[in-house]
Amino acid sequence: MKIGRRSFLSFVIGGAAGTAITPLPWKLMDDSSIWSQNWPWTPVPPDGEYSQSNSVCTLCPGGCGITVRKVDDRVVKIEGMKGHPVNDGGLCLMGLSGLQLLYGPTRVKTPLKRVGKRGEGKWEKISWDEAISEVAKKLADIRSNGGSHTVGSIVDSENGTVPNLFKRFLTTYGSPNFMTMPSIQDSYAMTLQVMQGVSAQVGFDAENADFILSFGSGIIDGWGSPVRMFKANSAWKANGKKVVQIEPRLSNTAAKSDKWIPINPGTEAALALGLANIIISNSLDSKKISQSTGFDSFKKLVQNEYGTDKVSKITGINSATIVSLAKNFARASKPLAICGKGQGSIPGSLNEFMAVHALNALVGNINKEGGVWAVTDTEYINWPKPEMDSIAENGMQKERIDGAGSEYPHTKSLLNRLVEVINSGDGSLEALFVSGANPLYSMPGSKAIKNAFDNIPFIVSFSSYMDETASNADLILPNHVYLERYEDVPTPAGLSKPIVGLTRPVVKPQFNTKHVGDVVMLIAKALGGGIADAFSWESYEACLKETLGVKWDILVEKGFEFNGDKCILEGDFNFYPDAMKSLSDFSPVSIEGSAISYPLLLIPYDTIRLANGYIGDPPFAIKTVEDTVLKGKNSCVEINPKTGKELGLTEGRYASLLTPRGKAKVKVHLYEGIMPGIVALPRGLGHTAYDNYLAGKGCNFNELIGSTEDPVSGLDEAWGIRARLTKV
Amino acid sequence: MSTQDDKAKEVSADGAAGPIILFFILGLAASLVFGWIIFPKLLYSQKKQPIDFNHVLHVEAVEEGCESCHFFRKDGSFSGIPKLEQCVDCHEEAQGEDPNEIKFVEEYVANGREVPWLVYARQPDCVFFSHAAHVKKGEMDCGTCHGHIGESEHSRVYEENRITGYSRDIWGKNISGLKKHTWERMKMDDCAECHTTKEIKTDVETLPWPINWLPRPYEKQTGNQARVKTVKEACFVCHK
Repeated sequence: MKIGRRSFLSFVIGGAAGTAITPLPWKLMDDSSIWSQNWPWTPVPPDGEYSQSNSVCTLCPGGCGITVRKVDDRVVKIEGMKGHPVNDGGLCLMGLSGLQLLYGPTRVKTPLKRVGKRGEGKWEKISWDEAISEVAKKLADIRSNGGSHTVGSIVDSENGTVPNLFKRFLTTYGSPNFMTMPSIQDSYAMTLQVMQGVSAQVGFDAENADFILSFGSGIIDGWGSPVRMFKANSAWKANGKKVVQIEPRLSNTAAKSDKWIPINPGTEAALALGLANIIISNSLDSKKISQSTGFDSFKKLVQNEYGTDKVSKITGINSATIVSLAKNFARASKPLAICGKGQGSIPGSLNEFMAVHALNALVGNINKEGGVWAVTDTEYINWPKPEMDSIAENGMQKERIDGAGSEYPHTKSLLNRLVEVINSGDGSLEALFVSGANPLYSMPGSKAIKNAFDNIPFIVSFSSYMDETASNADLILPNHVYLERYEDVPTPAGLSKPIVGLTRPVVKPQFNTKHVGDVVMLIAKALGGGIADAFSWESYEACLKETLGVKWDILVEKGFEFNGDKCILEGDFNFYPDAMKSLSDFSPVSIEGSAISYPLLLIPYDTIRLANGYIGDPPFAIKTVEDTVLKGKNSCVEINPKTGKELGLTEGRYASLLTPRGKAKVKVHLYEGIMPGIVALPRGLGHTAYDNYLAGKGCNFNELIGSTEDPVSGLDEAWGIRARLTKV
Repeated sequence: MSTQDDKAKEVSADGAAGPIILFFILGLAASLVFGWIIFPKLLYSQKKQPIDFNHVLHVEAVEEGCESCHFFRKDGSFSGIPKLEQCVDCHEEAQGEDPNEIKFVEEYVANGREVPWLVYARQPDCVFFSHAAHVKKGEMDCGTCHGHIGESEHSRVYEENRITGYSRDIWGKNISGLKKHTWERMKMDDCAECHTTKEIKTDVETLPWPINWLPRPYEKQTGNQARVKTVKEACFVCHK
């Protein structure tokens, strides 16, 4: 028998047919797919014992409960904590990426002292003892020269034990300059102060509202407590509640709303008052509320100055839309109006906040289910009043450098003014502490801030990361990150039920870092005298335990605790406080730059994928940014195709964006969802510090804009700047 | 139009049909033998457990059955294979003459070294499995997934897949992937088998604190079995 080509082929065919009816190909297919998941470079946690601990995320003011999964001592996953009143199991992109902030390359691993020029990046590693004695020596010198009031601190918020330790330290040291990072919380607090006479935080019973009128608030773009708002938004959708979004750009929030109404930027207050006018004229207002103080003056104001046609002209929204919006809003059973643009990091115009608050009052939803609540914050910090020596007494008599409390009586902190005061030579600081904040990146007008910081001879950063402010400091005393430390978390932004949460260490500190609370105490102890006496606690942990008292055990077990029911403040509603008088002649929020040399208006926008606060996007998060937002190394600006045609700019072209404050090279993205004449730029890009995953990507909006002082509150109200876009 | 040449070809084709079929059958047979018999032998390496363990002996000696050694921790998590810490309670010193017992005490207990047991049921890291949900809440027997392991007198040979590194128990002893009993395979389809056919057990939990977006009096459905089948995040119940 001859074995020829044919025989061979038939053997092969037979083999192939046979193989197909054995498990071999199918099994190999399955195994090779599993094999491809197990390549040595694929990160897989080691085998070990699994465990879970509950804590609270502090990456933003959202205060979500988290459950951290570990294998032995390694954190492998962060999840939302089930049953937590803020997020009930949900978590945002940032929260999920928290691991990279623990193990990532951007951490400051040991105390560092600057050796080169500021910002040059040359550091010397020093010990904690050296670092603390250095700070103490500097502060002792300043104090003995009578300059105690020239020391200041910038922290993320004024609530909680850590900010209060800073405050206590400055008080006993003799400086009133305790400053906090600005946000819409400041504007809301001031609104409650002037309109209701209460010192409270704002809370929204958002989940129970059935008609949500949002004046540019990025409900699903990171506004308030982001995960909670996501959940609320889903609940509205599921239950057929209405959401109306008013803003010049079709944001994600606008796209998911029931109705998007584009408005001329900066005219939101006029629209709110125009709506109020229609509600009053049609007798749709809550009858009880018309007995309130100032109602008649308010009525006169809106009827004389905010007629529908006039408002239509100011806002660019047609009259019929305004009328039907007002009627639908007032006829809803639980309407709720909210404001504070984007993620709410710029305080905004007080007029706008007051107008929106008046709108809420008109439909009778102040302190009602589904409405706006004035809530007291958790008052669990009851430390004994510190003894103050004569230097401290004198120092505390001095006026604050930013003019808060004196020039602007209702404000507690005006960081935006600090910059101007220093740059104009009206005041100076000898030393500055920065903790939990990155003002050099995240404050509008970052170039001016840099100048101001250059005039402060001694800057100490407590940052865990090499961020912009830390890299421009003289000394970095790195704090533990949130997964390594204890800290109380007061009521998250906008929550209507005051709670306190507990962040706690889920892993041992990975590097030679120290808790900022402990460091403040050590500095105080090194200074001695009355300052040391004010900090009698052994450690921060002991201080926290003592402060929380009976709550401690509950917090350790459950992770959070409600602050009782007596938290809602009524106050007397005043429809027409003095602060509102400027509204009798409406002018839009002021915008820097002349319309002739800068024909366009630049506005920022926020997305949940970009963090623009103290902490920048971790690598996971930055990977999710679309290429219509960040393309290669360039930020994309959004312009309407009409504007593009006028300027001769097409999709994907490079352009130069020029404002009175700065210049940037950007890419053009033509977008129907933006009003003609407006340019929109994402915030959260353009970092110069952090790691290679984040630095050098896109441009920082804050470098292109300055701060504009609100004439009523002194807070920063700028939400835009004139700009010019030219071909490159 | 047929020619002389064509005829010649036909003849030779007829003549070659026999060997062609034969070779086809040969190829078929060889591949069947290879696929069903040789391939599994090549695919899995055979490993011995470090200590030959007698389940029968242990089950007799303890009071609470499987849970005596494979217990739930206080927080509800499952302890899995016992650590040395638990064994030491009884095996501080060698009990009896068994060479395995002596090896265990001398090599591991005396040196405080954990026994590197080969875990037959080890799943990839991307699989999250809660024993408590199935055993406590679902009231399933250990044997439903693990078979009659409690009745074994010797440790089986551990067969490791050379490509994936996982135990043969996951795919199942039968290379075809077919099974007779529930415990013979541990792939995702086998999880799905119960989760798609069994009746959903839904609990309503009354939460101890108010969560605003839930209908009062703050009740919500719990139970992952319901979630695995119905909700949009179903994948993430097991794939965390």
